[in-house]
Formats: sequence, structure tokens, C-alpha cells
Amino acid sequence: MNECLQAIADLGLRSIGIGEALPRTGLTLCQQMTLIASGLIWNIYFGVLALAIGFWLATGLALAKASRNPALRRPAEAFIFVFRGSPLFIQFFIAYQAFVLLPREGIELFGLHMETSWLTRAWAGALIVLVLNTSAYSAEIFHGALRNVPKGDLEAADAYGLSGWSRFRRVVWPTTLRLAWPAYTNEAIFLFHATTLVFFSGFPAFRQQGDALYYASFIADRTYNPFVAYPIAAVYFILLTLCLIGIFGVVNRRLNRHLPGASAKRLRFRPNYIR
Amino acid sequence: MFAHCSDPGALEGLAWLMCYLTSGKHLLFYASFGTVLLLLAITAPIALLFGFGGAFAVRSRFRPLRWFGLVYTSMVRGVPDILFFLFVPIAMDQALEWLRSRVYCDPTVPVRQGNEFVVCALAKLPRSDAAEWVHQGYGFMLAVIAFSIVFGAFAANVLNGAMSAVPRAQLETAEAYGLTERQINRRILIPQMWTYALPGLSNLWMILIKATPLLFLLGVEDIVYWARDLGGTKTSTYAYPHPDWRLYYFLGILVFYLAMTWVSQRVIDRLAARLSHGQATMAGEALRQGAAP
Repeated sequence: MNECLQAIADLGLRSIGIGEALPRTGLTLCQQMTLIASGLIWNIYFGVLALAIGFWLATGLALAKASRNPALRRPAEAFIFVFRGSPLFIQFFIAYQAFVLLPREGIELFGLHMETSWLTRAWAGALIVLVLNTSAYSAEIFHGALRNVPKGDLEAADAYGLSGWSRFRRVVWPTTLRLAWPAYTNEAIFLFHATTLVFFSGFPAFRQQGDALYYASFIADRTYNPFVAYPIAAVYFILLTLCLIGIFGVVNRRLNRHLPGASAKRLRFRPNYIR
Repeated sequence: MFAHCSDPGALEGLAWLMCYLTSGKHLLFYASFGTVLLLLAITAPIALLFGFGGAFAVRSRFRPLRWFGLVYTSMVRGVPDILFFLFVPIAMDQALEWLRSRVYCDPTVPVRQGNEFVVCALAKLPRSDAAEWVHQGYGFMLAVIAFSIVFGAFAANVLNGAMSAVPRAQLETAEAYGLTERQINRRILIPQMWTYALPGLSNLWMILIKATPLLFLLGVEDIVYWARDLGGTKTSTYAYPHPDWRLYYFLGILVFYLAMTWVSQRVIDRLAARLSHGQATMAGEALRQGAAP
């Protein structure tokens, strides 16, 4: 037991650079579990930030795609097509290669000096790709929901004299979110799963600071035994997924709280194949 | 490939580019697009088969089989697919080598010795004296199995949902006509299920296309492998020296995938229209009304 506490103290924050260099072999079960759990910090970091930023970008993109003005609609459609139509794995590679090609000494932009080296690091570069990727998928979901806002809701808004921003803010947007929420929950789960790709796709793990799957494959490669490390990581991801569903379920109930039977209608855990 | 390419140093401009793009390694790069298409062509039917197996297992009346089906279909929901792609090939490889070592080697020697997984030379898969293509083929086969297991589980979810969506009355009618359960499955349930399964399956096909670059992680020499290999900086010791061009190679791959998904979407749209004919769904009704006047 003390051994395990020691392992948590030694390796608990290893993924953010606090701790010794990893031993080549001979990690105990406690150490393996702690190390992989510490990698989850990165999965949560990427997932939470990408969702938080991507949500707003996706709302804008969905509105642009639904717009009648082709100058807004066309770029949004193209953006969504490119990011939904190509593999995330390739997007990571392209972004990394493009960031590497930027001049090392930084660029002058509008008289300001911009550092560029941080873009090639996973915490920034991969986050940018994940944000753009999830906004494209979420925008498609929001766009579908936006088109399914009941006509009656809009007519009621007109009757109350709502228009423009207040009509959007009070009627269109809440209904869109309500309709989109189950699909958006799936997207969030998928995004958290996709964060495991980061350290396998060009972005190097700086000083052995990686995510949960990076450590799992690190251990499996060193010990030639995939039957311990990968199942540990799998259990962590199942727990993470269940937490996500819990949180999104709470939001879902809040979005639907005024509707009859809302308390009975729970968000069902639906499989993530509908990305 | 061409005779005039024998001295690349003397070439310039377009001629240089033509010779560069037809060099031996580039032909391997083009062939690796075939590897991707082959993976899709083999994996899709096998995954569909696994999907049927999983869906019927979930719907089985026999409890252990149903539990197996439920575990199989739920496992892909909570766990990232990449984890399976990393786990299944190495686990399969070790399982097969372990089985062979029990047959061909001295069974008293343990397979796990500290941090090593050791089997005798006879039990190695593929044998160390095997040709290069056997090694490549074996790696590819493991990849196909990994993809099939994961996408089979996704497909089982889709097919199970679609089977539940077939109107109950149609199956009851079949029962009233005295059809056995097997006959109902074959003649009513499966033919009628497709229109409900198509949206899910087409999504799955798109995800499968977009999962193919992960072949690279499994050590198969696929397009990502060659793009990294060919695009990397080549010094003047190489026949065709050039700076880091990996970005352009990856952009080429991006275009390939965009074309694949775009064409797939067109095909799926036509298929959906065909399958909706005469169905008691909204799309079927729209087709009927469109045809009437």
C-alpha cells in the first residue's frame, strides 16, 4: 500500500514533467496504473479546451452555413467539408509539417514579433487541430439542428415581437442546442477518444510527457506485454466516458427542464458511431 | 523508369519532376494507395459479417451468447478505437506464437522470461527466414483483423438497431403465414432492415475510410509511411535532392481522402434513394409522391 502511495507521489504528475526520467523496465503494477492515469491529464486538457473553444466556433460556423449570403456560406461549407472529409491523423501531420516550416526566429506580423516554436509543440499545435476538427463536426450537428427548429417556435417569437439578436438568443439558440445535444454528446465522447492520437501523429512527446495511451504503449513496448497496460488504459477511458455522459446528461436535463416529462427523459448512452 | 532518367543530375524543370515522380520509390508510394483500397475492400465485408454475428448474438435467446454480444458491442463505446488498433495486433501475434510454441517447442520453457517474450525459432510467426512479402502480408493480416473486430462491433450496433426498427407488423404477418424463425430472418428481417441500417452503415464506411491511415501505426508500409519517407529532406547524396517536402505529400494524401469521402457520399445518396423505394418511411413516401403526378 505504501508502495502505491509512493508510486502516486513519484509518477502522479509525470505527464506534466514533474518527476524523474522513466526507468526502461521494471515498473510495478501500481506504478503503471499511476503513470497511465497521469497521462489522462493531457487527454482531459485537450478534450476540455477543444470542446470549450470549438463550441463557439461551431455555433458561428453553423450560422454561417445556414446563411443566405454565399460569401458566408461557401467558406463555412468548404471548411466543414475539408475537416469532416479527411482523417484527423492526416490533419495532425499536415499541421505539424506546416508549423515546422515557419521560420524558427519568429515572424513579424503588423510590427509585432511572434514566436513560432510553441506551435510545433503538442500542447498548442495539436490543440489547434483538435479545435478546428471538432468545430467542423459540431457545426454540422448544430446546422442540422438549426434547420429542424420548429416553425411554430419562430412564429411565436415573431408574434412576441422578438427579432434579430434577441430572437436568436432566446428562441432559436436554446431550441437548437436542445435538438443537437444528444448528437453533441456523442461528438464530445468521440473527441476525447480522438485525443489519444496526438502523440502518435508527428507531434513528439517532449521529455516523455505524453497522454494515457502514449504511456500504455510505452509500457507495452518495453515489457512486450500488452495484456496489462492497454486494459488499464481502457478502464480509464470507460470511466472518463461515463463521467462525460453524466456531465452532458445534467446539461441535457437543464436544457429540457421546462418541457413536460423532462425529468423522466434521460439522455441515453448512445454509441459513438454516428460521427 | 524511363531511359532519359538515368542521369537525374543533368535534368531540369519539368523533365526533372517527371523523372522524380516516376522513380522506383514513387511507384511503391502509388502502389501503397492500392494497399489502402485493399484494406477497405477486405475489411468492409468481414466487418459486416462480424456485425451480423454480433447483432444476432445480442438478439439471441441463449443467455451466454447474448452477454457475449452485449460485451462485444459495448466495448467500442467507451474505449478509443486507436487502443484496439494498438492492442489487437500484438495480442493476436503473441497468442498465435504462444499456441505454436506449445506445439513446436519444448513446453517446459516459459514464454515470458522477465521482460521478454521468447518462443523458439520454429514457432516464430512469420518464420525469420520467410520472404519480405510474407512479413508485410502477415502485418497486413493482423491489421485487417484489428480493423474487422473494431468495425464489426460498430456494425453490430447499427444492424441491431436497424433490425429493431423493422415494423413489428411485418414480422407478425410472416409468423401468421407460418414461416419459421430462420425463414423470417432471411426473407423478411434482413431484406427490410437495409433501409434503416443504411445511414448508420454509410457513416461507418466514412469512419472506416478515415481510419485507414492508422495502418501506419501498425507498421504496414502504407501511404503515410511512404509520404514521410519520400518527403523527408534529401541531401545531394541522393539521386533527387530536395528540401523537406513532407507537407506537400501530406496535402496530396488529404486530397485523396477528400476525393474518397466525396465519391462515397455521392454513391450513398443514390443507394439511399434506391433502398427507400416502397418503404413505409418518410423518404419512401416522398419518392412515391414525387413519382405520382
